[in-house]
Amino acid sequence: MRASLTARAAMLSLVIFALFVGAWHIATSSTGSGTPAGMDPEYAKLLGLGATTGKSAMPTPLEVGAKIWSHLRDPFYDRGTNDKGIGIQLAYSIGRVALGYLLAVMVALPLGFLIGMSPLVYRALDPFIQVMKPVSPLAWMPLALYTIKDSGISAIFVIFICSLWPMLINTAFGVASVRKEWLNVARTLEVGPVRRAFTVILPAAAPTILTGMRISIGIAWLVIVAAEMLVGGTGIGYFVWNEWNNLSITNVIVAILFIGVVGMILDLCLARAARAVTYPE
Amino acid sequence: MSGYIAIEGISRSFPSPTGSGAPTAVFEDLWFQMEKGEFVCVIGHSGCGKTTVLNILAGLDEPTTGYVIVDGREIAGPSLDRAVIFQGHALLPWRSVLGNVAYAVSSKWRDWSNAAVEAHARTYIERVGLKGSEAKKPAQLSGGMKQRVGIARALSIEPKILLMDEPFSALDALTRGTLQEEARRICVETGQTVFMITHDIDEAIYLADKIVLMTNGPGAQIAEIVVNPLPKHRERDSFHKHPLYYGLRNHLIDFLVTRSKTFAAEMAGQPFDRRRPPLVHPGVIAKAIDGEAGTQRGPSGPTLAASA
Ligand SMILES: Nc1ncnc2c1ncn2[C@@H]1O[C@H](COP(=O)(O)OP(=O)(O)O)[C@@H](O)[C@H]1O
Ligand SMILES: [Mg+2]
Repeated sequence: MRASLTARAAMLSLVIFALFVGAWHIATSSTGSGTPAGMDPEYAKLLGLGATTGKSAMPTPLEVGAKIWSHLRDPFYDRGTNDKGIGIQLAYSIGRVALGYLLAVMVALPLGFLIGMSPLVYRALDPFIQVMKPVSPLAWMPLALYTIKDSGISAIFVIFICSLWPMLINTAFGVASVRKEWLNVARTLEVGPVRRAFTVILPAAAPTILTGMRISIGIAWLVIVAAEMLVGGTGIGYFVWNEWNNLSITNVIVAILFIGVVGMILDLCLARAARAVTYPE
Repeated sequence: MSGYIAIEGISRSFPSPTGSGAPTAVFEDLWFQMEKGEFVCVIGHSGCGKTTVLNILAGLDEPTTGYVIVDGREIAGPSLDRAVIFQGHALLPWRSVLGNVAYAVSSKWRDWSNAAVEAHARTYIERVGLKGSEAKKPAQLSGGMKQRVGIARALSIEPKILLMDEPFSALDALTRGTLQEEARRICVETGQTVFMITHDIDEAIYLADKIVLMTNGPGAQIAEIVVNPLPKHRERDSFHKHPLYYGLRNHLIDFLVTRSKTFAAEMAGQPFDRRRPPLVHPGVIAKAIDGEAGTQRGPSGPTLAASA
């Protein structure tokens, strides 16, 4: 029953995909020559449409497929600042995310532990966290650029800031809501504070902490694209911006797909980790 | 004072729930002694402070006044000498059966090798009849099996005193019966000192050497201590046929139904020494007086005469 549901869902996915690609194909290949109907000719000229190529700049699925293939065949070439393989650009972005994220883990977990263990600190810090949490990470960018004066490090700082809050809040919450009876077990066994932290509190709070880490990685990956558009130089966000300037919509679409796939993989990794530490009660 | 465990004049107050007003004492001025190797059950209505007393004995809570002496020393905080079997079993759900018991063992004997810890833990898992389930997580166990793990964990640290808070109350009648039998066997074999809370009268009669009766809270007190007249050697399926069983049972039910509420009024004008709650032998004296076991019960009369 279950397998058949999976099989049917996969079938339906394929059908939806085929319909989508089919519609896309018809929409992009039927424009033929001339400017697309309803478009201001001036604007079309500005976009370099029609007049030069006699064809829509919106690529067909085949063109996108071919582009993906060419990127996959040679993802790591490097021909100067504005012409690097998509693999290199993704690696830059992943590197920044990893660095900012790990820094955030190193701060959020110990700090969250302290906050969660002390109801006083929990309450005292709560207003600050509540105010900082909804601030768009990009709003930090000017401040970061002004104080750090290095665009690369500023991007990492922005990742750090946006990853911090979900992990901090979840760690503090997870630690604060460890069941009293488990703590009492440790107390009656005369378990010391350090051993208690690692053998009772950490495993008990781990699922909540991992949930926060999973939210964080998602936000970090969302934010890196925007941050790199602002900062420029390298990374997948810069690639998207650069290809937009080159009017290569094909490359923009390809980049969107790659961003989606990498984001999905990051999320899957953390979902795996979360499953590994989750315990049924 | 004498006694292996001596509870000396403890009371416990909690701030009133509204925040204003005086704090209310759940129980007041409790005095009670227990000997080594004794199995004591506490009976009283919900809210009279039984769990609070047990937590104080465990060192998880502190009395507002008074103190508790165990083996000649005032207790200060929890100790590996006093193991607790919690009402909600309180197993660590991310650890296996073996992991839960081994955690306790390695907490007691910190310098033992992993192999030694595991071997010791396995002995106790086997003793509670869970051989073969060592690798299972608590979520994969039935309620009765979870409580067995709790018992194995508590016994594995070879405590001087075992504290149990309604350990079997969440189980179905059949499982409860089996576990009572096993708990009794293990405790009698090892001469374990046990302090146990229950609200099941038959459980108390089957297990206890002495039964402490607490009046209703707030301001609860120990009304009397009933000495179980049944022989030390009891069988689970026949103890209720003992000639003294009904007298004892009626005495306990009587207390729970009426006397736990009216005890203060009952005692009004009579001398009552809280430091020495009356020891009562239901049925025994009555039998000696008129040869009719089990018919004598009620607030005063024979029961109090028994203590004199
Ligand atoms: N931490 C606490 N704060 C306030 N009141 C409490 C607390 N613990 C217990 N009480 C009160 O003390 C009374 C006795 O509780 P408890 O010892 O659990 O009773 P029992 O185990 O006999 O049912 C209850 O009325 C309860 O409301
Ligand atoms: Mg209770």
